[in-house]
Amino acid sequence: MKRLLIAGVVMAAAFAGSGPVWADPVDDTLEIDGTPIITRAKAPEGHPFDEVYSGWLFREAETRDAERDSIENPGMIAVEDGEVLWNKVEGTAGKSCASCHGDAAESMKGIGASFPKWDADSNKPINVELQINKCRTEQMGAEPLAFNKGGQQELTSYIKHQSLGMPVQIDLTQGDMQAWWEKGKDLYYTRTGQLNLACASCHEVAMGKYIRADHLSQGQVNGFPTYRLKSGLTSLHQRFRGCIRDTRAEQPKAFSDELMALETYVTWRGTGLSVETPSVRQ
Amino acid sequence: MTRRMKITLGAIAAVALSTAAIASEASPDAVEFTDDGVAVSLTGVAGDPAAGAEAFKSRKLGNCLACHANTDMSKELFHGDVGPSLDGVASRWEEPMLRAIVVNSKAVFTDETVMPGFYSLNVGQHVAKDFVGKTILTAQQVEDVVAYLGTLKE
Repeated sequence: MKRLLIAGVVMAAAFAGSGPVWADPVDDTLEIDGTPIITRAKAPEGHPFDEVYSGWLFREAETRDAERDSIENPGMIAVEDGEVLWNKVEGTAGKSCASCHGDAAESMKGIGASFPKWDADSNKPINVELQINKCRTEQMGAEPLAFNKGGQQELTSYIKHQSLGMPVQIDLTQGDMQAWWEKGKDLYYTRTGQLNLACASCHEVAMGKYIRADHLSQGQVNGFPTYRLKSGLTSLHQRFRGCIRDTRAEQPKAFSDELMALETYVTWRGTGLSVETPSVRQ
Repeated sequence: MTRRMKITLGAIAAVALSTAAIASEASPDAVEFTDDGVAVSLTGVAGDPAAGAEAFKSRKLGNCLACHANTDMSKELFHGDVGPSLDGVASRWEEPMLRAIVVNSKAVFTDETVMPGFYSLNVGQHVAKDFVGKTILTAQQVEDVVAYLGTLKE
């Protein structure tokens, strides 16, 4: 009887008020329209984890199902909008992306899996958003897109989506990529704000646990831009800024050196995971 | 004495003491830690467990449920598990240690502890301008939370 009572108390504690009791990433596999997605991969050398996990494994069944089916995935609207922008002529040179790059399914395949890359011209890493701006200003004679404006997220989603399923692998041997990786690593472990939290506080130390209703993932970036059910299409730097704001710190600017270093480092932390853009998260 | 009278008298007493309380409130940098924790009340005004429960729950104040399960608040949805459950916490720690953990758990455990210091100015980089020089909880809110934690016995 006593044992029964204790079991009852444990059950009550588990279901009354507390978060779900299954705290680990789920045992599930992802295939999107026939494309297998790698959601677990052996971590690269020097990584704090043995295995890297897609954030998909930390979400509820309904959220996972929404990403499984590209008709259900609300982020696919952004991809379709991005395709329109790909073909849209803008700027004084009278060109669209397609004028030089043709069919994105061919020319952009692998881009989403290999950025950020070293950009010798600016002597910095460059991500897809900034590469779009570089093409616009240098090739198209068009204005650069402001952060999250003018279809930047949609075009980025379209370009990254061409690498759906391909494992992330960035090249740290080019230029000073390794130094930027180091700088990003420092930032990852730097506590910010009144709440005094680093990226690692939640996504490394407390990975797999619940912060209120939110199941803490490894904070992988292989699905960005992502569709968040609570706030819609969300770019990577927007998410970085949101997390930093939540520590009650001042937010670094999008595409600042700090966030480019962080993008470089965090992308490396997801080495081997498939590109999922546009992923669906809570 | 009825419960209502008690609360009213308590409120009057609190108002009467408030001038003195502010005068004797320990600033975050002056809180004294010993091996037993923080023995002295931060304000000299007894903590109010009911107010402490509110501060504990509120996402704008303590937001303690974000990381800690607490069966006493089982009506609230979604308790976190980043930190240990607080069921019976007052049977595991004496009041001075509970106060010390709320004030600045890093001074009690290690620098690696995730839990924020709720009455500490030893905080992270680039604090947002609205929070510069401010603690997460006021000294009295800490006392209230500690009084509430004191009710969580096994």
